[in-house]
Amino acid sequence: MVEQLPFWGGLVLPLVLVLLVAAAAAWDSVLASQAAGSRNGALIEPFRAVAGLLVQQRRRTLAADLLLSRGGALALVVAGFLASLVTPLGRWVVADFSIGIVWFNAMEAVAWAAVWLVGWGANSAFGLIGGYRFVAQGLAYELPHMFALITAALGAESLRVADVVAAQDELWFVVWMPVAFVVYLLSVLAMAFWGPFDQAVGPDLAGGASAELSGVDRLLFEAGRWLLLVSGAAFAVPLFLGGGAGPLLPDWLWSLVKTAAVLAVLVWIRRRVPTVRMERYQEIAWIVLIPLTLVQALVVSLVVLAR
Amino acid sequence: MILQQFLLLAAALFSVGLYGALSQQSIVMIMMGLELMANAVIVAASAYWYFASPSRPDGQVVVVVALVLMAVDMAIGFAVTTAIFRRRDVDMTDSAADLKG
Amino acid sequence: MWAHIAFWVCAVGSVVTGVAVFRVDSMARATFALLASFVFAAGTVLLLNLAYLGVLVILMMIMEMVVMVVFMIMYMMNPAGLMPMTMVHNQKGSLAIAGAVFAALAAGIFLIPWPTSGEPRPEDTTRALGEALMGSKMLVMMVLGLCLFATMVATVVLAAHRGRYDRYGDRLDAKRPHDPVRGGLNR
Repeated sequence: MVEQLPFWGGLVLPLVLVLLVAAAAAWDSVLASQAAGSRNGALIEPFRAVAGLLVQQRRRTLAADLLLSRGGALALVVAGFLASLVTPLGRWVVADFSIGIVWFNAMEAVAWAAVWLVGWGANSAFGLIGGYRFVAQGLAYELPHMFALITAALGAESLRVADVVAAQDELWFVVWMPVAFVVYLLSVLAMAFWGPFDQAVGPDLAGGASAELSGVDRLLFEAGRWLLLVSGAAFAVPLFLGGGAGPLLPDWLWSLVKTAAVLAVLVWIRRRVPTVRMERYQEIAWIVLIPLTLVQALVVSLVVLAR
Repeated sequence: MILQQFLLLAAALFSVGLYGALSQQSIVMIMMGLELMANAVIVAASAYWYFASPSRPDGQVVVVVALVLMAVDMAIGFAVTTAIFRRRDVDMTDSAADLKG
Repeated sequence: MWAHIAFWVCAVGSVVTGVAVFRVDSMARATFALLASFVFAAGTVLLLNLAYLGVLVILMMIMEMVVMVVFMIMYMMNPAGLMPMTMVHNQKGSLAIAGAVFAALAAGIFLIPWPTSGEPRPEDTTRALGEALMGSKMLVMMVLGLCLFATMVATVVLAAHRGRYDRYGDRLDAKRPHDPVRGGLNR
């Protein structure tokens, strides 16, 4: 049912992702202007910010490790794109690897290393602390994230994303693995250091890992952050929300609508929940979320064995 | 692609890792050498599986064992380093020669 | 043909970055040079149609290198390489031993008549691995599980700074543990 596109699919994918990033950034800017009292031009605010960053002067700190910090920012952006290689848009996918779910996991682990590289490379105390906060956050969210991904693969008895979509013909996975879905969304928020998990770039650290970035470097970093959020939200659709299934519209439109819905919720959460400190989230992740995901995986495997 | 070229790569990685494990003073760098040696085992085991016995899964199981070995040895190595560092504020193997001779 | 080119690019890249691990001054660069070496080696494994193992090596090694980065800053005295420094002992001896080992292994590789097999290759290597680990190689799985569990317990015992008597008092009777930082569950 899911078919692999020829080589030009890899060129169309960045366009679709950038479109989703622009929409999500516009929605975030609308929410921000509502919170600040209505302001005109909220929808084009992200584009003005991009233009401003493009002409802003780049900053270089003393004895900065340019190879690592610029490489880290580039790796962050590339990880977001590569992770979406396996996400189908309705019926079309750029690359249908037989181990698609593990590939997505590996690419967003690149993001975990990339934020540390950006924070370290600037030779600045705030950047260093921000980078290490993100490493600690990664220790918390990675294991529940992996278990949630494994649970979806377990329900479909395959690591291929096309099989996961096909296994949701009768019933979407979100219905009988809700814990895995919620844990996956929390992990997407943590992986993109968004919402309640943005302590790594928090204002108490003058921007944390992004403290010494300006101009094109900051644009690349912010773009990488948005791409991770979009790519994680887009992957939730074939994994838990049935891919392109739906009554009236064509399947690619359903994929986009579902991705937009998940993105809208994820962007909105940032305004509603204050930042959670990492040591508190560590304890919750290891003591509550991991046993919950393990029990969820047990339930799913019993169902799979029984049918 | 022939078996010999994969084994040559594995031998090269193993030798580089051996040089590191023997010559470095810091425990962290020694562990990097050990990881390179385990990496060589992974490449060699995959090549043997592909060329010599592809219908049996034994080669892949060796790769899995090597992966777990890498994780375990890093974990224990850093735990031991932490314990020694807390005691004596050093991280070099030359200072941990209590059992020598 | 592309497989050949890809193999040699990955092989040379892997060895060069492996050597770079011990040549660069900055510990951060050494850690990520090691990661690059692993990613190139995983590329060669992917060329052998072992998709799951290749991507797994990439995933695990990225995570291990990030963990190593924490310890690297804690324990090493020149993490950013701002001073040129080499900390080696017995460098010539190690080079000689490593060179001799490589020569012996290379001689063996080219002189030994390796067995070839005309057996059919499985299409789904992942499924073959999974069925093996859960079926005929279940002993390996159990031993690996025990080994990992023992590692977890041993590392916590070695590295934990405070034990339960520090946290709960001498008679283990405190209601809440005395921790410097309170956890997320308000314990």
